[in-house]
Amino acid sequence: MTVEAATAVPSDASHEAGDNYLTHERGLKSWLITLDHKRIGILYLASVLLAFLLGGVFAILVRTELMFKGQTLMEADTYNQMFTLHGAIMVFLFIIPSIPAALGNFILPIQLGAKDVAFPRLNLASFYIYMLGTVCLVVAIVVGEVNTGWTLYAPYSIGRNVTGAGSSVLWVTLGVFIAGFSSILTGVNFMATVHKMRAPGMHWKRLPLFIWGLYATAVIQVLATPVLAITLVLLFMEHTLSIGIFDPQLGGDPVLFQHFFWFYSHPAVYIMILPGMAVVNELIATFSHRKIFGYMFIAMSSITLALLSFLVWGHHMFASGMSEYATMVFSALTFLVAIPSGVKVFNWLATLYQGSISFASPMLYALGFIALFTIGGLTGLFLGTISTDIHLHDTYFVVAHFHYVMVGGTVFGFLGGLHYWWPKMVGKMYDEKLAKISWFLVFLGFNVTFFSQFIMGSQGMPRRYYDYLDQFQPLHMTSSGGAYILAVGFLIMAYMFYKSLRSGEKAPPNPWASAGYEWMTTSPPHPHNFEETPVITRGPYDYHLCTEEELWDGFPEDFPGEKAKA
Amino acid sequence: MAHAHHGPDYLAHHFDTPKQQYEAAKIGMWIFLAQEVLFFSGLFVAYFIFRKWYPEAWSVGSHLLNWKMGTLNTAVLLLSSFTAAMAVRAAQIGDQKGVPDKDKRKFGGQAWTGHFLLLTFVFAGAFMVVKYFEYTHKFHVGTLPGQYFGCANFECTGTMSEELVEELRAAIASAHHNAGPDLVPYHLRSFFGLYFVMTGLHGIHVLIGMGLIAWIWNKNRKGEFSAEYNTPVDNVALYWHLVDLVWIYLFPLLYLID
Repeated sequence: MTVEAATAVPSDASHEAGDNYLTHERGLKSWLITLDHKRIGILYLASVLLAFLLGGVFAILVRTELMFKGQTLMEADTYNQMFTLHGAIMVFLFIIPSIPAALGNFILPIQLGAKDVAFPRLNLASFYIYMLGTVCLVVAIVVGEVNTGWTLYAPYSIGRNVTGAGSSVLWVTLGVFIAGFSSILTGVNFMATVHKMRAPGMHWKRLPLFIWGLYATAVIQVLATPVLAITLVLLFMEHTLSIGIFDPQLGGDPVLFQHFFWFYSHPAVYIMILPGMAVVNELIATFSHRKIFGYMFIAMSSITLALLSFLVWGHHMFASGMSEYATMVFSALTFLVAIPSGVKVFNWLATLYQGSISFASPMLYALGFIALFTIGGLTGLFLGTISTDIHLHDTYFVVAHFHYVMVGGTVFGFLGGLHYWWPKMVGKMYDEKLAKISWFLVFLGFNVTFFSQFIMGSQGMPRRYYDYLDQFQPLHMTSSGGAYILAVGFLIMAYMFYKSLRSGEKAPPNPWASAGYEWMTTSPPHPHNFEETPVITRGPYDYHLCTEEELWDGFPEDFPGEKAKA
Repeated sequence: MAHAHHGPDYLAHHFDTPKQQYEAAKIGMWIFLAQEVLFFSGLFVAYFIFRKWYPEAWSVGSHLLNWKMGTLNTAVLLLSSFTAAMAVRAAQIGDQKGVPDKDKRKFGGQAWTGHFLLLTFVFAGAFMVVKYFEYTHKFHVGTLPGQYFGCANFECTGTMSEELVEELRAAIASAHHNAGPDLVPYHLRSFFGLYFVMTGLHGIHVLIGMGLIAWIWNKNRKGEFSAEYNTPVDNVALYWHLVDLVWIYLFPLLYLID
């Protein structure tokens, strides 16, 4: 399977030379009712980036409010709404769909050598269901008063008999419920696609690790999300009809809500991190230009993480009222998570060893991921230990921990993947210098923002508070400063991508000299991904089996990231 | 799409063979059903936790349900699952053109597929009619969830309707767990909360199933299915069996536990 073979004589006269999925059909309608997984991926990408912008604005508002003691920008009630919306939008509308639905939709069928996902109509339906969920969340913002935090804990979220959240909680509940079904249907689609749509010769041991990661993610999406859905149904009914399930005044149990919620939302953490890890596999192998170390271990660690994710939800509730035996079991199971996570990190490091590493911008994100995810993972052990968790529970330490995993992990993985596959998606290169500058600012800003929160948290600063003691002033100031650096980094990145769209150089089929299957087709790809269904004769990381043309043809000689190699 | 025709009409452009298309649709449906099981699982977990906490409410509550209607509905649904399975069989056999009459397998072909689908639809409708009578009775006397328990037609006057008092007296008398004669368990509120959510969601699934059955009935009428291609019939029947299966658990757990 060489580049030449893949771009050989078109099988069908109706495809002109140079026809690709962007030029194949034109007009707004051709996008809105498209069944092409690549276009649906782009639709998702645009939507999740908008959600990211919106969630980011809320984050900046929260950090600005916390810059100084007392009221800075807004009332306490408004502040509660800001962090709730930041959390709900970032989690449900950005992080969860970011890698699977946006990047995954585009890349997964191409990596499989398939023409499309198994159910293209369902795929488009998932997108519109996601949009419907988004609309509900936007309505909730307009109606106002959503101040429960993204976790929607009962009895506060029931809010009828206490001074709690009003009817806007119903909109959030509805929005998350609907967005959840989008996630489930994407999972169903991906699982069926991986099982049944692989190109000839692609057995399971030749599956790219990105797909292994997305497959593990899909398992969680399909099995965990419905539990959240039913929880939200019960919450909705409790709010409207008072059915006595979560409302303690009617004999219901609010702790049951927490069990249900975390039975989804802990696995959801793996819905967020597994795709990030999946992207990093590809980045590390491509930019080390060598076979990835411990392929099967990495693949199986994804599956193991998916399974373990269902067994550890109780560690969110050590302070909520559970039996001591349950807390001990949950704590022990939580430590098990460190094993497959460690397997991945060590395999990545072993891949780097004796690789010919190029520090192109996607690789910087991958290396950033390893560093930040390791910090996020190790601080997770502090929180999984019952005795230290009692001290750290609901402090900024927790906030810093999950931001290191979700932003340092998933968002870095997402951005790395976005840079990496950008030339494939739009057919244009970007300004590598600007990409590196924005990476540096994002990396720096992120650490300044959240490392200071580790310190604050260990000193006892509770999360979600509107105000704080004098002693925390310098650290809050530092953290907010970091948030501004982060924002500048993202603005530069946005400009960089905009510039690429406007005037980027034309991208060759394989700008990174990768052995991955998706680089064997043109950039941007043919409407059916490959002119002919490819026959796979080697693994996606078998650099030693690649021909020179496969790796180096179409490679721009003056590409900055690769000068070191020459 | 732009590619030249590459197989039979029913083969979508992105599949290579009918077999691949069939297997993808089938595995997709099974994965979706796994999702359905997990969707209902939360309700069952809540059910068992509350039953353990409030045994007398669950015991009395089950006596407030009409087991005769529940049994009737169970029978109706089981029959509908049978006819759904027969519809799949009929579609798989297909119209055996060119086969001598004496060798033809019975109840096969497009016409029988339609008949069995119609029967399934009728049974599903019968289930909903029975459910309708059960629900209206409960609304009427006030066996309602949460804060509306005892409020006939959702209007809370502070006193229970006489019919409800009668029903409660009889239920408490025949319940194995009760706190004493005439003591109404407070947590009947939670019992009926769960009863309505569980049977309500199941009812919605029945309605969706009826829509799906009508949809493939129409497709079948237009002659879209054959012995070679009948995946939608197969998959809708799979869904229908799951809806049936959920009821097979709901019925004893709600109506027959005491």
